[in-house]
Amino acid sequence: MTGTDRGMFGVSGSGDTSGYGGLVRKQVAPGSTERPYGGYFDDVADALEAAYPQFNDAVLRVVVDRGELTISVRKEHIADVCRTMRDDPALRFELCSSVSGVDYVDNVAGADKVGGAERLHVAYHLTSMTYRRRIRLEVSTSVEEPHVPSVTAVYPGADWQERETYDMFGVVFTGHPALTRILMPDDWDGFPQRKDYPLGGVPVEYKGAEILPPDERRAYR
Amino acid sequence: MSTTSDPLAEKIAPARETTEGRVYTVTGGDWGDVLGDRDPISSERLVINMGPQHPSTHGVLRLVLELEGETVTQARTVIGYLHTGIEKNTEYRNWTQGVTFVTRADYLANLLTETGYCLAVEKLLGIEVPQRATTIRVLMMELQRIASHLVWLATVGLEIGALTMMTMGFRDREHILDVFEMITGLRMNMAYVRPGGLSQDLPPGAVEKVRELVPYLRRRIDEYEQLLTGQPIWQMRLQNVAYLDVTGCIALGVTGPVLRSAGLPWDLRKVEPYCGYETYDFDVVTARSADAWGRYTVRVQEMRESLRIVEQAVDRLTPGPVMVEDKKIAWPAQLALGADGLGNSLDHVKNIMGQSMESLIHHFKLVTEGFRVPVGQVYVPIESARGELGFHVVSDGGTRPYRVHMRDPSFVNLQAVGALCEGGLIADAIASVASLDPVMGGVDR
Repeated sequence: MTGTDRGMFGVSGSGDTSGYGGLVRKQVAPGSTERPYGGYFDDVADALEAAYPQFNDAVLRVVVDRGELTISVRKEHIADVCRTMRDDPALRFELCSSVSGVDYVDNVAGADKVGGAERLHVAYHLTSMTYRRRIRLEVSTSVEEPHVPSVTAVYPGADWQERETYDMFGVVFTGHPALTRILMPDDWDGFPQRKDYPLGGVPVEYKGAEILPPDERRAYR
Repeated sequence: MSTTSDPLAEKIAPARETTEGRVYTVTGGDWGDVLGDRDPISSERLVINMGPQHPSTHGVLRLVLELEGETVTQARTVIGYLHTGIEKNTEYRNWTQGVTFVTRADYLANLLTETGYCLAVEKLLGIEVPQRATTIRVLMMELQRIASHLVWLATVGLEIGALTMMTMGFRDREHILDVFEMITGLRMNMAYVRPGGLSQDLPPGAVEKVRELVPYLRRRIDEYEQLLTGQPIWQMRLQNVAYLDVTGCIALGVTGPVLRSAGLPWDLRKVEPYCGYETYDFDVVTARSADAWGRYTVRVQEMRESLRIVEQAVDRLTPGPVMVEDKKIAWPAQLALGADGLGNSLDHVKNIMGQSMESLIHHFKLVTEGFRVPVGQVYVPIESARGELGFHVVSDGGTRPYRVHMRDPSFVNLQAVGALCEGGLIADAIASVASLDPVMGGVDR
């Protein structure tokens, strides 16, 4: 849940120009939220709890942050939860706006290991056009066992977005009709949006000085 | 990547040694498998590869069409030819520099993309931008929407043979781009909107120029309708083509003018207002035909509504700052127009180089290091010219985005190509794809 920065500027790789490297700064991600969540969030949580029998088993935690509701779901349940979200008359999340991945490597704020959360996260942004509500569902999976049930049977529009998440993060959506790469070439090696995948680039000479590629430059955290 | 020992590579790109070195001959990949063993002469079944370099596919979009005579039985879409890793790149630059990357995704809706990204960063920061900055953003976004719809109208005209519309559309878009150039210094990819506000205020004369532009465009839009709406060929090419009803749209995630052409008045400016859109007087345009014709009427009428918003925004402009006052966030380098174009303000350079060491330190720190954004994630949707443009932005508390995902409307809408084209004629496939208005920069990012 917390990440740690060390040194004045969080510089790594090259020397700390401040001469003072003793600063330790903790980055704390928003933790679980207790009820009441406020606004329509309570209604959504109540409706899901009523409509989805394995609610307590499926939901790892609920976070309300910056006016947005995030429900972390155990990945085995995601397709069923989405179906309930879409079909239940009190929920009616008809539109799957966005599916995207995030790679939370160790020691990064947000790399939450609560409830066995793993490195690769998939965020589903659902929209209820009936009630004008938005929520985010989140699942996590490991790099070694990157299988997540596909929601394409519930939301056909998630098709390409799941393919993109597979392409970029290597999350394998089981039950997807044709999970192939979509943006990268078919024979590409590796998953570019993972944090251990380099950006790449070549050094450029500018007025006699060599400018390093962006991912090798001094980084301020 | 692949070595010559790979049988697939050997098949699609056989190598031979020459005096110049090894030469690869790249062939059609698995094209033989797609074709099967059908004889194209005796069989009615035909597989046609359209694109990625084809004037009617709206950029580098590739369609693999399976035909039975002239009827499309299967339409497969291949994308990725314009993938430039914009999302990955933003993770290696600071939050302000991210604007210059995302603006290059949907290259016909730069200011909309920039604003969407900045709204997400501002939501993470928990800051409010000054009123004047918001009003100018609205003004610029609506002009951008008109410019984008004009390109759509122009390219559809080009693709289905109304060449006059092409010349007219691009001509009048140029007038809008002139305004953009005057205000931002650039016609496209301006990086004008920044987290915390705008890069600079409107220059003298800009408001007058916008005021002149509005009646001009209004007259022109009337002209387009006089030219096209009653035109029998235009009607026959668009009416009852590319049908997709509300259910289909929502199932496939299709938003924007395509969804509104099916009759659902879903416009994020109205239903989830941002940037103060709830205070502007405008209508959400819908059609009921759910076909390419409906999309044409919706887009044309939307341009008129955008002009109404532009007029109101211009009237509303009151003097004030265009950047947040917090010096920890506000980009320090003021811009000014010099003899050689827009650049750093000489007054600012004089101040930091000659007068105030603290200003220099501040400038240096903010420009090299950037500002930190508190940990968390947000999803901010805005109504782009093509539909819901969403930004899922994650911060780990650092000076760079941890993850930026663009939910680009073109990308999601393009999934509907199969539903629109299959069962229709091949000539209608062109109008179908065009009616979605995909911008490949946004699709492939």
